[in-house]
Amino acid sequence: MQLWLIPILPLAGFLINGLFGRRFSKGLVNAFAIGSVVLAFLWVLKTLFGLGGLTAAYTEHYFTWIQSGALSVGCDFSVDRLTAVMLLVVTGIGSLIHIYAIGYMAHEGGYYRFFAYLNLFMFFMLTLVLAANYLVLFVGWEGVGLCSYLLIGFYFDKKIATDAGNKAFIVNRIGDFGFSLAMFLIFRQFGSFDFAHVFAQAPAAPVGLLTLIGILLMFGACGKSAQIPLYVWLPDAMAGPTPVSALIHAATMVTAGVYMTARSWVIYTHAPIAMDVIAYIGIATAFVAATIGLAQNDIKKVFAYSTVSQLGYMFVGVGCGAFSAGIYHLMTHAFFKALLFLGAGAVIHSLSGEQDMRQMGGLRAKIPWTFGVMLCASLAIAGFPFTSGFFSKDAILLAADHRAPWLYWVGVFTAGMTAFYVFRAFFMTFFGKYRGKEHPHESPPVMLIPLVILAGLSLVGGYLFKIPDFLRPVFPAVEAPEAFGPMAVASAAGLLGIALAYLMYVYRPGIPDSIASGAKGLYTLVYNKYFVDEIYDAAVVKPLVGGSRVVLWKGFDAGLIDGTVNGIGARAKGIGGVLRLAQSGNTRSYATWIAFGGVLVIFGMAAMIVLGGLR
Amino acid sequence: MMGHVPLSWFLMLSAVLFSLGVAGFIFRRNIITMFMSIELILNAVNLTFITFAYQRQQVAGHLLAFFVMVVAAAEAAVGLAIILTVFKNRETLNIDDLDSMKN
Repeated sequence: MQLWLIPILPLAGFLINGLFGRRFSKGLVNAFAIGSVVLAFLWVLKTLFGLGGLTAAYTEHYFTWIQSGALSVGCDFSVDRLTAVMLLVVTGIGSLIHIYAIGYMAHEGGYYRFFAYLNLFMFFMLTLVLAANYLVLFVGWEGVGLCSYLLIGFYFDKKIATDAGNKAFIVNRIGDFGFSLAMFLIFRQFGSFDFAHVFAQAPAAPVGLLTLIGILLMFGACGKSAQIPLYVWLPDAMAGPTPVSALIHAATMVTAGVYMTARSWVIYTHAPIAMDVIAYIGIATAFVAATIGLAQNDIKKVFAYSTVSQLGYMFVGVGCGAFSAGIYHLMTHAFFKALLFLGAGAVIHSLSGEQDMRQMGGLRAKIPWTFGVMLCASLAIAGFPFTSGFFSKDAILLAADHRAPWLYWVGVFTAGMTAFYVFRAFFMTFFGKYRGKEHPHESPPVMLIPLVILAGLSLVGGYLFKIPDFLRPVFPAVEAPEAFGPMAVASAAGLLGIALAYLMYVYRPGIPDSIASGAKGLYTLVYNKYFVDEIYDAAVVKPLVGGSRVVLWKGFDAGLIDGTVNGIGARAKGIGGVLRLAQSGNTRSYATWIAFGGVLVIFGMAAMIVLGGLR
Repeated sequence: MMGHVPLSWFLMLSAVLFSLGVAGFIFRRNIITMFMSIELILNAVNLTFITFAYQRQQVAGHLLAFFVMVVAAAEAAVGLAIILTVFKNRETLNIDDLDSMKN
């Protein structure tokens, strides 16, 4: 079925634009960049139609990549229903965001570079999704990390952007360390990286080892999918262009961790402790990130923390054994969070770069289309009944309820907060009086059309694509029954959050300030994101930098290595200084030395003969 | 005829010539004189070679003596050329004045 064409198309786009894009017109760059991704999308559709029901995985083997002793790793691609969902999300949303970026990046420098990186990202993401073994998946995993770094630091003349890029890369590296260790253990236990091989043997493996592998894999996922304790890079990653935030840091790359854990479900179902850890980390992240989102004023920061929080939900789904619910939320989240970011991008674009919501307000009448699509997205993320977020979030919360009621209640409370902070941002942006100075203008159609399509998907996508039903052949059955009670409570929490936001930011705009001054300590804590960055800085970064400076640089490098080399040099110089005196330039003194040496040799030999040593 | 003269005399003569050469090389300041002292040293060594070759009835000593002669001839050609050039440039043959290698 030529699966390899799917990732190769964007790679070709990357190579053409990356090598020759500088000389191309914008139209030509667009043609290659968007054309390659749209073609990949069409090829995905054709492949999936051609494969029919896909009840079993379809695998293609291209070549043996690594052959060394017992290790044999093939470059294999595989498609099953889980991969199909991911392929459609990545190429579908990716195409829309590429088209949107034409309008958004129209006035930016480095146009071709942007699209080249974006295409490279698509290549690696599709490799990650299509991989039939852990090592090829890891190639994609690292590749998307690289593209994330490149695109966060796209405005490389801004220190804040390059710092954010470094932070994302380094924090991800910490997670990847766990992932690598997990892969070592997998190879040691199963002797292979192939999913089919590993999962067939996993049930027979010792539980302790599976738990360890599961937790290490999860640690890798925590880095990529921005979970506690490694979530700190994602909010900073918003320094990149907004289409990047939408594509990489909301819709696709950050969900790779969820995909990977769902892919490894066999390991997790046999390691209950690892699953518990995932669920706890997920719910903690969802809750903490939501509280931080309550007090942010940068519109992209709000959505960034919202992404962290929603990823936490997906982890709760996976951790409760409802893998399909996690993937369901992954898909609907891709719809509405991409839309939220792109809508926020449209707002920022219309205000010529303003991101502070305190400088917005009253934009409802000025950019009505953006207003409309943002309303759709906000309703979807708030879990408004029958929007896409409603279905997927309920699927997760039902599974959580089945697993442990307290997980459910924290989830419901977080859902209420989610609705509140999203609508807070919505009301601050579109309602009240305009507080800024720029003249807002509606975005061009090339940006609006993808927004409208995503808005449609956000509203009805959850109903159209019943992912849990579709994924039934892939994952074990979820026992959680459809229950009306918990569903109604969750929806009510969302509606309550919306109402509260309306009350505080439209009806009585004075309330937030009085709360902020009333609970000053709490507000400062939340506003400063619990000082997590500062704590990490003090606990990890500073000691590491200080230790490197004092021990490694001053102590080891400058002290020991330089000291040894310089010491040898100084001794040689000292000895040479003494010997130098013999080099008088006077021929007769040299001759004397030679004669002296000759006499010494003769005396030496005579002594040896006398002592009987030499015959 | 050689048979009447003891071997040690030849060696003694050689040692005397050698020492004279070394002393001349070290204590004389004129380059030409030093040059001649080198020739004296070489010939003293040659005499030793020949002496031992005669005593042991072996041709290797003769061979080496010829080698030394050839090298000495070449050395004389090059050496005299150098001395000429030095004299042209410095207008002196005092070895103690030719110490520009120092520092």
